[in-house]
Amino acid sequence: MADEKKDVSRRDFLKTAGVATGALVGGGVIGGLIGYNAKDGGNATKDGERSGGRADQSAGSPGGRMFFTNDHDFNVLSEATERIFPEDDLGPGAIKLGVPYFIDHQLAGAYGNNEKEYMQGPFYGGEVTQGYQSRLRRKEIFLQGIKKMEQEAKSRFDKDFTDLEGDQMDEIITAFQKDEVEMEGVTAGFFFRLLRSAVLEGAYSDPMYGGNVGMEGWKMKNFPGHQASYIDKIDSKEFVEIDPQSLGGHH
Amino acid sequence: MAKTLDKVDVVTVGAGWTGGIVAAEAAKAGLKVVSIERGRERGTEDFLRVHDEYRYAFRYELMQDLSKETVTFRNRRDQRALPMRTMGSFLLGEGLGGSGTHWNGHTWRFLPYDFEIKTITEKKYGKDKLGPEYQLQDWGITYDELEPYFDKFEYTAGISGDDKNPFAGKRSNPYPTGPMKKTPILEKFEKATSDLGYSPFMLPSANLSEAYTNPDGQTINACMYCGFCERFGCEYGAKTSPEITVIPAARETGNYEVRFHSNVVEILHEGGKATGVRYINWMSGEEYIQPAEVVVLNSYVMNNAKLLMVSDIGERYDPETGRGTLGKNYCYQILPGATGFFDEQFNTFMGAGSLGMTIDDFNGDNFDHGDLDFIHGGSLSITQTGARPIATNPVPPDTPAWGAEFKKASIENYTRSLSIGAQGASMPHRDNYLTLDPTYKDAYGVPLLQLTYNFTDQDKALHKYISEKATEIIEKMGAKQSVGRAPITDYDIVPYQTTHNTGGTVMGADPANSVVNTWLQHWDMENLFVVGAGNFAHNGGYNPTGTVGALAYRAAEGIIKYSKEGGSLV
Repeated sequence: MADEKKDVSRRDFLKTAGVATGALVGGGVIGGLIGYNAKDGGNATKDGERSGGRADQSAGSPGGRMFFTNDHDFNVLSEATERIFPEDDLGPGAIKLGVPYFIDHQLAGAYGNNEKEYMQGPFYGGEVTQGYQSRLRRKEIFLQGIKKMEQEAKSRFDKDFTDLEGDQMDEIITAFQKDEVEMEGVTAGFFFRLLRSAVLEGAYSDPMYGGNVGMEGWKMKNFPGHQASYIDKIDSKEFVEIDPQSLGGHH
Repeated sequence: MAKTLDKVDVVTVGAGWTGGIVAAEAAKAGLKVVSIERGRERGTEDFLRVHDEYRYAFRYELMQDLSKETVTFRNRRDQRALPMRTMGSFLLGEGLGGSGTHWNGHTWRFLPYDFEIKTITEKKYGKDKLGPEYQLQDWGITYDELEPYFDKFEYTAGISGDDKNPFAGKRSNPYPTGPMKKTPILEKFEKATSDLGYSPFMLPSANLSEAYTNPDGQTINACMYCGFCERFGCEYGAKTSPEITVIPAARETGNYEVRFHSNVVEILHEGGKATGVRYINWMSGEEYIQPAEVVVLNSYVMNNAKLLMVSDIGERYDPETGRGTLGKNYCYQILPGATGFFDEQFNTFMGAGSLGMTIDDFNGDNFDHGDLDFIHGGSLSITQTGARPIATNPVPPDTPAWGAEFKKASIENYTRSLSIGAQGASMPHRDNYLTLDPTYKDAYGVPLLQLTYNFTDQDKALHKYISEKATEIIEKMGAKQSVGRAPITDYDIVPYQTTHNTGGTVMGADPANSVVNTWLQHWDMENLFVVGAGNFAHNGGYNPTGTVGALAYRAAEGIIKYSKEGGSLV
């Protein structure tokens, strides 16, 4: 039963993302979700639909998962990131920008494991002004938070999170933002703030981290990325548009 | 069992700005100097691919590894202090160059008023201007006495500036290099502030306007305005940093060594004199004792205070009784300002850390405080530091924090908003102090430093007043919507504010209210020097590094003198 539902939601999710299933997504739903489409060779099309810009990286592509073991968890994360940073007339949203992969990769590494953070006990809740006080590492907070989002979808709407309408998803995300959901070892508000930051980090970090696919995040914002110098342009009274450059594209 | 090494003339704890300055001066004078540095070797060659906002600005690549050591924090004494588990409000440095590697480069001289703040305030406004809980004190030294050392630091660093600040203290020399480029954004501020009757000038910058060779023979290159300064190292060697100036100057003497990956855990002392330091090389796990004739603490405000406390040197401050000097007068800075939203689009992504213009009309006692319920103020600047896309998402008030509306507004305003901000001065308060934490320990089993800090009524009044002035300026600049910073409430250690922590090891003319004398020589231990912004008796209305550099040059002179003659320098 549950499996059936999951399958339906998978299909619906793919439909919503406007991506056809096929050989391409053999490795999982997810290749499709970010528009990982070899056909257009990574170039932007006229109607603004873009591929992941990674056609030349078919081997060893960032479009695989290092952290999330469960497709549904990853799909919930993907939908939540898209609500936080949606596709619009300015350009792609979190999913097409590869943000879910960015977060997945970060959770598998130093960020998810809090390697540079002080994680000795004892642990106490503390005041908001005292910041991160959870005994949990970020990877544990994310996984719990995603599962709680799914639980909220079930209890509020009797549906999978990924089957909800946009405004229903927003209602749940807002409940996290306002700290109205119970979590263990961390507050919902804290998880929301981590998630929101991670979405912006994924949308605007150098594409070598797996997000900001095709530098589309930077293009929307008119940030030119890695440029050696502006000494000849900074006097300009006009706004200067510069083709962006990434560190990964600059060997 | 700790291994005892051969004795040296001078050991410094840390190799950032103050350690580097002391090392260069002492080594040039023929003394054998060793710096014990917990971080790693690094330099310009490490920064060729530094334009990576995520790695450097968000994951704190160049900063202290908090898994080994942090501080604990609470707002008030009746709360439980808890560890600062992630970097936030301020960014602790580590590695060669320390915070001097990833600073912006604003290089100021504190005002003559700052050094005699208690005397001037009482004379002009009476003894009761602020309540008795504000522990205002003079620094024991005047601006004029410190002037030669300001000059020396500025000439080492090649500071670019224009000498047009009518409120600045008297200078013996002009800035060594001319000001940076005056960009259209800066011109807008210049026109608005001039029209309002203020006196704008170019912010004194350690991102140099031209290549410069300093008196030590070290060359600093010209800034390329690439927009990656604060939190980053400079790939051009164009942002003056210890590792391209004083550290190589010290190394070239043949009298200097930096020992990396080595964390000092104790200052050793016997019979009222320091005998050396004990440290752990965290790569080998070995423990060492480095004996020295002179021990110098150069490991930032926090760690300098902590090392004195864990080594049981001096009396710790007790806010109940007011007794003790070690840990008192911890100050920070407050950040009044305003943001304006414009129709026109600006090249906000271009810039340099210290590219800016400033007015000092609301700094120090440059304006009358007779009818105001605070003293001091702050330098008020526009800076064009290079807005980076993860961090810079300005939206007008009442915009949601996420979703479609947020996305649109943050993208639209990324290149259509400008901010001006003040470095608001911070006055010492009885309840803001540093001590040792009773519960939490670092990776070596040593207690963490505990910070108790909150904003005061003085801070709140100053913040409100200057935010209003900032709003008037941004309106005058033609913003279609101008928004002053919201009033401050409790200090929050989470969002980044400023790495301008001061106090705890304050300097002064009297051992009753200070930890070190005006040569930064410890009152109780004549061969121990403590150097840094911890020496500030309060925090002024500018970024601190210029004044820290001046104090470090003075301490270096004191250390050389002490090495020859011994005894107290006062």
